[in-house]
Amino acid sequence: MAESNSIGIKIQNLRKRYGEGDTAVDALKGVDMQVGPGEVVGLVGPSGSGKSTLLKCLGAVIEPTAGKMTLGHDVIYDDGWKIPDLRALRRDKIGFVFQAPYLIPFLDITDNVALLPMLAGRPNAEARKRALALLHELDIGHRANAMPSQLSGGEQQRVSIARALINQPPVILADEPTAPLDSNRALAVIRILNQMAQQYQTAIIVVTHDEKIIPTFKRIYHIRDGKTYEEPGEGKSFL
Amino acid sequence: MISLAGRDIIHSWGKFVLTGFGLGLLIGVTLSMAGIYRGMVDDAKVMLDNTGADLWVVQQGTQGPYAESSSLYDDIYRSLLDMPGVLRAANVTYLNMQVNHGGHDVSAMVVGVMPGEPGTPGHPLYLIAGRHITRSHYEAVADINTGFQLGEHIQIRRNLYTVVGLTRRMVSYNGDPMVFIPLKDAQQAQFLKDNDALIQQRRRNADNPAFNRPQTPDLVDALNASQSTNTYVNAVLLQTKPDVFPEEVAESIRRWKRLQVYTRPQMEAIMFNKLIDKSAKQIALFLVILAIVSATIVAFIIYTLTMGKTREIAVLKLIGTPNRTIAGMIMQQSIGLGVIGFVVGKITATFWAPIFPKYVLLEPADALRGFIAVVLICALASLLAIRAALKIDPAEAISG
Repeated sequence: MAESNSIGIKIQNLRKRYGEGDTAVDALKGVDMQVGPGEVVGLVGPSGSGKSTLLKCLGAVIEPTAGKMTLGHDVIYDDGWKIPDLRALRRDKIGFVFQAPYLIPFLDITDNVALLPMLAGRPNAEARKRALALLHELDIGHRANAMPSQLSGGEQQRVSIARALINQPPVILADEPTAPLDSNRALAVIRILNQMAQQYQTAIIVVTHDEKIIPTFKRIYHIRDGKTYEEPGEGKSFL
Repeated sequence: MISLAGRDIIHSWGKFVLTGFGLGLLIGVTLSMAGIYRGMVDDAKVMLDNTGADLWVVQQGTQGPYAESSSLYDDIYRSLLDMPGVLRAANVTYLNMQVNHGGHDVSAMVVGVMPGEPGTPGHPLYLIAGRHITRSHYEAVADINTGFQLGEHIQIRRNLYTVVGLTRRMVSYNGDPMVFIPLKDAQQAQFLKDNDALIQQRRRNADNPAFNRPQTPDLVDALNASQSTNTYVNAVLLQTKPDVFPEEVAESIRRWKRLQVYTRPQMEAIMFNKLIDKSAKQIALFLVILAIVSATIVAFIIYTLTMGKTREIAVLKLIGTPNRTIAGMIMQQSIGLGVIGFVVGKITATFWAPIFPKYVLLEPADALRGFIAVVLICALASLLAIRAALKIDPAEAISG
């Protein structure tokens, strides 16, 4: 467990209820979770357990019903959003890696990565320079001018990791990032996520069903019936 | 910030160009319709210009000679020449007819003009080949659009005419080319009956007791003679002296000669309000329908293109792209499509305009107005897609 004074993301008693009255469904029933900077944890659970709801709450896409969320040193939710501009929050403080890379098909991979800093108002040249450096770090700099359709699935996923990292957010939410990949590529993606987490001191939550990568996590949160249970992982080497 | 719309258009240029081409053909039709209207207006103006007249004197109570039939005695022009402020006066007849040429008919406006030097009202203003009419009979000057050649013979009613001169852009208000012939021939062509009709008329006169009184034995012969000649013209065209206001001369003629007189602005008003008004409204309605069809097509295309990018838009929203950026992207694409369509439409309209049987006048100002309309229509048409895009939930980017 990360130290309490070193927070990547911290969730306390997070609840989410859909609907009202007799039809109300409690998707999250008091979730507690804490991930420190530089740490990669797994979030595992069966379908319908509340994984996606938790991910959407963490990603500031839907509003929880109650609880508290802290991102870095900022309380972003405490029985209500504390940040007025959730889009800016998502752009600057949260990185996303999806099951499919969902790169913008009409931008080359450098611009795909540089788009976020550009949206934040940074000059194009500076944003592209940073994006290019990040792509080189992820061993995909040689394809900087390629279009997403020209890349393999693993390469596309590395680009989406670069996109998630470009604004150096305190937390990255990875939703089944290895699902479409074979074992080698899946483990390569997890290795990259661990390297990047260490290098940029980013907390990374990986939602997964993938049996290949579950043993690589040092800590795993199991989610069942809207509640999380923490347990130590095997932390197997993936090298 | 990079242009997301521009990148998307470059990335999917084939789709945009093909769609723009289809839209362009529609815009080309729209521009051509506007050109047809302009051509009609120009034809009417050109016809008035070509008369060289400042005033049109016609039968009282009529709006002739173009909007209504008008008959005046052909000797009236002499008295009009004596009116103060009148420089020149000339009789003229107009007759829409089919002129036989080499076995097929050509729709033309046959204009009967008085012999006189070039510049006489009613005469063609200039020639591009041959000479003006110098004889009193059986010579013709034709607009080149008739297809007639110098020296050819054409048939008008029963008589053959030799084409002695060719002119250009001498057309009637409905775009038919003009054929100028001597006034006497035109009067005959306009009113002369055929032989059978003349014989029947003479028989009727002979059988009518009122014309066969013993006291006046020559009455019936005189009557027959009068009925086989025509002393009417459709209008007298007047040129006023340079230092005189045409309206003052017109007022004087109205008062003293009891004739209907129209000035140039009044004649233009008759042409536009009476003759081409209905066609103009018809074309305007077509333009409105084409604008609605274009807007619907653009809206449908942009909506379809946008809905094809639902996941990308969800991702853009999830990673923090502002709504205005997404809306701007869709609107720019829509306008881009319109610009491609306009360029294609302008080019195609320019190329196919000369093929039209009627004059199509593509004015730069109309093109500019068309461009502004296309941009506005495309911007409006994109609103539906923008509304749909802004409704896309960023959560769609997250599975589950």
